[in-house]
Amino acid sequence: MSEMKSSKPAAEVWITGIGLATSLGEGLDANWDALNARRINVDEKNFAPYVVHPWAAVNFDTQIPKKGDQRQMEAWQRIGTYAAGLALDSAGIKGNKEILARTDMIVAAGGGERDLAVDTSIMQAELKSNSAPGFLNERLMSDLRPTLFLAQLSNLLAGNIAIVHGVTGSSRTFMGEEGAGVDAAKIALARIAAGQSDIALIGGSSNAERKEMLMLYEFDDFNLRDKFAPVWARTNKPGFALGSVGTFLVMESKAHAQARGAKPYARLTNVVSDQVRRRAPGEVTASLQALWPKLGKVDDGGAIISGATGAEPVTSEELAFLRQHPGFAIRASGTAFGHNIEPQFILGLTLAALSISRGALFAAHDPTGLEVEMSKPPTQIVVTGAGHWRGEGLGLVEAVK
Amino acid sequence: MTATHDKFGRPIVVVTGMGVVTSLGAGKDDNWKKLTAGESGIRTISRFSTEGLKTSIAGTVDFLKVEPFSSPDLSQKLAETAAEEAVAQSGIGAKGDFPGPLFLAVAPVEIEWPQRLELGRDTGNPDYTYDDLLRVSGGGKYTRFHRRFLFGSVSDHLADTFGTKGSPISLSTACASGASAIQLGVEAIRRGETDAALCVATDGSVNLENLIRFSLLSALSMRNDAPQSASKPFSKNRDGFVMAEGAGALVLESYEGATARGAKILGVLAGCGELADSFHRTRSSPDGKPIIGCVRNALSDAGIAPEQIDYINAHGTGTPENDKMEYLGISSVFGEQTGHLPVSSNKSMVGHTLSAAGAVEAVFSLLTLEHQRIPPTINYDVPDPAIPFDVVPNKARDARVTAVMSNSFGFGGQNASLILTREPL
Repeated sequence: MSEMKSSKPAAEVWITGIGLATSLGEGLDANWDALNARRINVDEKNFAPYVVHPWAAVNFDTQIPKKGDQRQMEAWQRIGTYAAGLALDSAGIKGNKEILARTDMIVAAGGGERDLAVDTSIMQAELKSNSAPGFLNERLMSDLRPTLFLAQLSNLLAGNIAIVHGVTGSSRTFMGEEGAGVDAAKIALARIAAGQSDIALIGGSSNAERKEMLMLYEFDDFNLRDKFAPVWARTNKPGFALGSVGTFLVMESKAHAQARGAKPYARLTNVVSDQVRRRAPGEVTASLQALWPKLGKVDDGGAIISGATGAEPVTSEELAFLRQHPGFAIRASGTAFGHNIEPQFILGLTLAALSISRGALFAAHDPTGLEVEMSKPPTQIVVTGAGHWRGEGLGLVEAVK
Repeated sequence: MTATHDKFGRPIVVVTGMGVVTSLGAGKDDNWKKLTAGESGIRTISRFSTEGLKTSIAGTVDFLKVEPFSSPDLSQKLAETAAEEAVAQSGIGAKGDFPGPLFLAVAPVEIEWPQRLELGRDTGNPDYTYDDLLRVSGGGKYTRFHRRFLFGSVSDHLADTFGTKGSPISLSTACASGASAIQLGVEAIRRGETDAALCVATDGSVNLENLIRFSLLSALSMRNDAPQSASKPFSKNRDGFVMAEGAGALVLESYEGATARGAKILGVLAGCGELADSFHRTRSSPDGKPIIGCVRNALSDAGIAPEQIDYINAHGTGTPENDKMEYLGISSVFGEQTGHLPVSSNKSMVGHTLSAAGAVEAVFSLLTLEHQRIPPTINYDVPDPAIPFDVVPNKARDARVTAVMSNSFGFGGQNASLILTREPL
């Protein structure tokens, strides 16, 4: 007689590959060193009054060898495809067709990168035509590049990763801002833990240098203006600075990793999420507080890597939650990397796994004193993700015992 | 031991509620009547001027109005209509209190031309640029655009309306999205995380730019003078798909949970398969291996042999490429059985509902099981000798159907197949 799947113990899930390319550079060493040097790369001029963390240029050829492939993508797709390649390298499965053919992929994606020159030229001419009937039709037919559509489609980051790196076990794209990253991690973890999958690639990317994206957030005054400040020091001038990042993780069951001799950076123990209505003050604090006990056993004296955006009121609400957990060393990833929207939570998981593997939490960077130095090697790191408008999540990353 | 679990020991997943909206109408009854009568919902687009466009037809849903039109507004309305029907039929939970998560397949959203031009006028600068748009965007005047054009906007609204639990998931696997939403629900129930899931797929994105984007990829039919016969899946003279709108919704439950509350069981989600294609952004691998693998994964997930499938609800878009590749994939798996196996395309009548198609067609597959009647492939006058399917040409057919396969394939190498049965296997 077959036994119920739910009666099987959940598989332990290891993070065995990390790909990271950000405004601070490419690779784990460059980002680790920058974090500990409290280095920040912000652009306060080119998108003024808005502040963004621009992408640090890389040689895309090393991960996306065909120029034709690079041309078929917009920046957010190139950044993501690049970082995905780094993660596969890090896990030691790049080019391993047998494994890649059964690697499941969940990408947390935005999309919609537009050709601003085309838009601008059409907008100006449309106004001068006095909105003549058929005007837009003619211009869109003649000016839109056919391939731009594919460079905009959300699921085409995953599509490009399949084409460039051969990850084909499955391909799923989650959208929905910050929550997309939380749920990508949550579902990939749940599938591996339940034996529905052995190995997965999760991640996402963002390109901060996009005026149409700044516009979406400007509609509700979410953008940080004029001058950079660390996340916790924005009380008087709240907002987030969009940050360019590509961040991907390879996760697999312990048994699968051991069978191929892969070493873990850390263990992903749990991810929990919710989405409250935020109709009354305090709902986000309460949501995070309600998620906390669902994470499992979290010992005092650990660390928390927060995905706080710097926008209000959510940042203050998360702060109220964090203050209910004194004794944890806190870091806001947004100070160094800006706000990445969809991959923000996965960036937190990435930094947690990196810190655990390096036996140290990276340096505090916070004039308010909320972030304090941590002297001992972290064995447990909680990652938070409270979306600027919707979505709350927590994750627990632990050292492999 | 009662048979609440399948032969692999997983909870059996059943359907207890369904809802559907297409260009044929709202609701299962109306859609099924017209679908089995071979009616087409394709028409000349009236929503916007199609002057100068190569394609001017679509399966728009014009009977549900949203003013002013935006794709997320219509997508939301369609999803809400389909989900309401599904939840009401299932009788699960209470109004506004659905006891499980939401998985929503939805098209990517962005600010559209009407909003862009509205902002532009507001700048007061005839030569305005994005910098000017940015200057007028803040201050609260356009807060509604932030809410509306977030990717999670529609799922947030649905989660609120139906009271689904936890973080609602918005997903896109292009034209396979609807099937992926269902697969996520099946997996969650099988993991024992929940006893119920609301799986919805919606697409209301026939707007000017979207139509032009597909047109520029040469994907669309240009038979503008005869809208109702434009969608010609598997025909030799097929010339592309017809964009369409719609939504499908399924209430999934564990068999155990559904029977415990005495719910009527409409069908079983017996298996799901997926496999990504790394060949090209819009084209399938010429060897058909990803489609073959996807179909085999679905069969193996359901634990059944190809011979047990009685009917295939095809992806059948009517593009030269898709139909050829779908034949290669199916015939490779089903072998000699292929020519005798009914394979029809709902898209001949409702067009290609894109992000919604996987769920719309899952609903039609379940109705096929319920009524023991296979909807036809209409507009099938010139058979393609290279695709010798039994396409159930032009007229619905009564048949004994116990297991259906429903296929969905999309840009970006997305392949997903579902297997639906009348009774637990």
